Amino acid sequence: MATMAQESSHRRAPTHGIRSVARQLRYHKGALGGLLVLVLLSLVALSAPLLAPYDPLKVQARKALRPPSAEFFLGTDQYGRDVLSRTIYGTRISLLVGCISVSIAAVSGLLIGLVAGYYGGLVDHVCMRCMDIMLAFPGILLALAIVSILGPSLANLMIAVGVSAIPAYARLVRGAVLSAKQNLYVEAARVVGCSSGAILVRHILPNVAAPVMVLCTLGMGTAILAAAALSFLGLGSQPPTPEWGRMLSEGRAYLREHWWIATAPGLAILITVLAMNLLGDGLRDALDPRLKL
Amino acid sequence: MQYLVKRLLAVIPVLLGVSVVVFSMLHLVPGDPVQMMLSEFQTSPEQIARLRAQLHLDEPLPKQFGRFLWNAVRGDFGYSMRTKRPVGAEILDNLPSTVTLALAGMVVAVVMGVTLGVMAAARQRSWFDSGSMLVALLGVSMPSFWFGLLLIFAFSLKLGWLPATGGGDVWHLMMPAMTLGMGASAIIARLSRSCMLEVLRQEYITTARAKGLRESWVILRHGLKNALIPVVTIVGLQLGQLLGGTVIIETVFARPGVGRLIVNGILEKDFPLVQGVVLVGATAYVLINLLVDVTYAFLDPRIRDT
Repeated sequence: MATMAQESSHRRAPTHGIRSVARQLRYHKGALGGLLVLVLLSLVALSAPLLAPYDPLKVQARKALRPPSAEFFLGTDQYGRDVLSRTIYGTRISLLVGCISVSIAAVSGLLIGLVAGYYGGLVDHVCMRCMDIMLAFPGILLALAIVSILGPSLANLMIAVGVSAIPAYARLVRGAVLSAKQNLYVEAARVVGCSSGAILVRHILPNVAAPVMVLCTLGMGTAILAAAALSFLGLGSQPPTPEWGRMLSEGRAYLREHWWIATAPGLAILITVLAMNLLGDGLRDALDPRLKL
Repeated sequence: MQYLVKRLLAVIPVLLGVSVVVFSMLHLVPGDPVQMMLSEFQTSPEQIARLRAQLHLDEPLPKQFGRFLWNAVRGDFGYSMRTKRPVGAEILDNLPSTVTLALAGMVVAVVMGVTLGVMAAARQRSWFDSGSMLVALLGVSMPSFWFGLLLIFAFSLKLGWLPATGGGDVWHLMMPAMTLGMGASAIIARLSRSCMLEVLRQEYITTARAKGLRESWVILRHGLKNALIPVVTIVGLQLGQLLGGTVIIETVFARPGVGRLIVNGILEKDFPLVQGVVLVGATAYVLINLLVDVTYAFLDPRIRDT
């Protein structure tokens, strides 16, 4: 009976948590705005073939470098490709890069942090020293090193951005696990004979979910920025992929007379990252106010 | 002193780990690293064998690592495949420009960040507070390479006030430093505001106000001094991040520097150059962090005791 009650409370807890977060987010105007923008961007990404007026890869030499007009709402680039269509398709790529990079970082960091924090001792020491070594590379240097090994491509870009973000997740999760495993109910679960895996998944993981969710949202913006930066440097997506960083890099040469080529992708990155940061700030306030700056 | 020795000893395994990672880079390349490096040239098997011997890739791994480590300690990172010059000399030639840019970016970040943060805290819940935090949020969200392009468009191409590209005098440094410092200033502004708000709630601030001191004096003399301690840490950490950020800014402004060196090295598959820059960059970052920790412990004795 007690087990049934315990299980049913387990099932109810996340729903209550989500409801509580949703209730708190309702009063956070910035987070709501960010969420709304992200929903819109996701819809744009999903319905890109329906929304884009032209094929983003179609070269029309005679229509090159046209300024914004009724025919080409955001103008055309040096190959006559429609900037609006390329920006719309770029939403797909940027959101995909952000999601996959953050997934790589979060899943790996979660596993490392859970194992290191729960088992402690030598396992913890080895895992955390490895993370310290990864953290010894500043900014995008680690991502650059990974790209130099794997070669420049969109897939390798996602791996590079994801791997370089692992230490942040691992350290955060380890800290949360160290605190959670002191709780009496974890001790009780161990006493009644729960396996380590069950304790980690059923009792400790729910405790670390909140900070990880906040870091994922904020990290998505950082990942999109890092990926766009690497593509801007020519180390990410390759031509003719309509990726925002790549589009900015191509528009740089035409900045003086044809400013529109670099304007749309720049604004698109800014709006997307801003929305992620607003939502991340709101989630942090709702889920884990201790992290608030 | 004991704290300093402890921190210095902790740095050694990290640096050793960094050198293992950098050494492994060449060995983690999918396929044959020598063929990958020479993929853009017409090469004979003899030339491939010669380069393999030149890079000591025909030796056992432990021996290769020992040689790599010993050479790195002496500042010998091999020869650039593109320029045929020693990698150490290439880095040394470009380092002053990068360090100057990073320091100038730091000055911009600290001046803008601390000023905005402190003023926002002093006027909490006013339009200035909301406005400056919105600017900080925009600063964190804006891609630095786009901000750099906007500055070039406005101040070089349209107004003609500042040179768009290249390095040299202080005029060439202004826009890159602004661009580099923008992101860090946003982070510093948010932290300064939050630390200042914390300090302004303390009893000694109430006492200072009760004594009839001017508000500006209370904030600058009593508040700022204590609020800046945590800011020092983030400033130090941001300096390391700014060194990494120069990679993008140097490309945007076509400025010579270590950042451009590594980007060109990756594009041209110049592995010894990339390894050298990554190793020097990571070592510099670790040492900067060490310096920050020691400074923080000096400013706040409680850190030394923990």
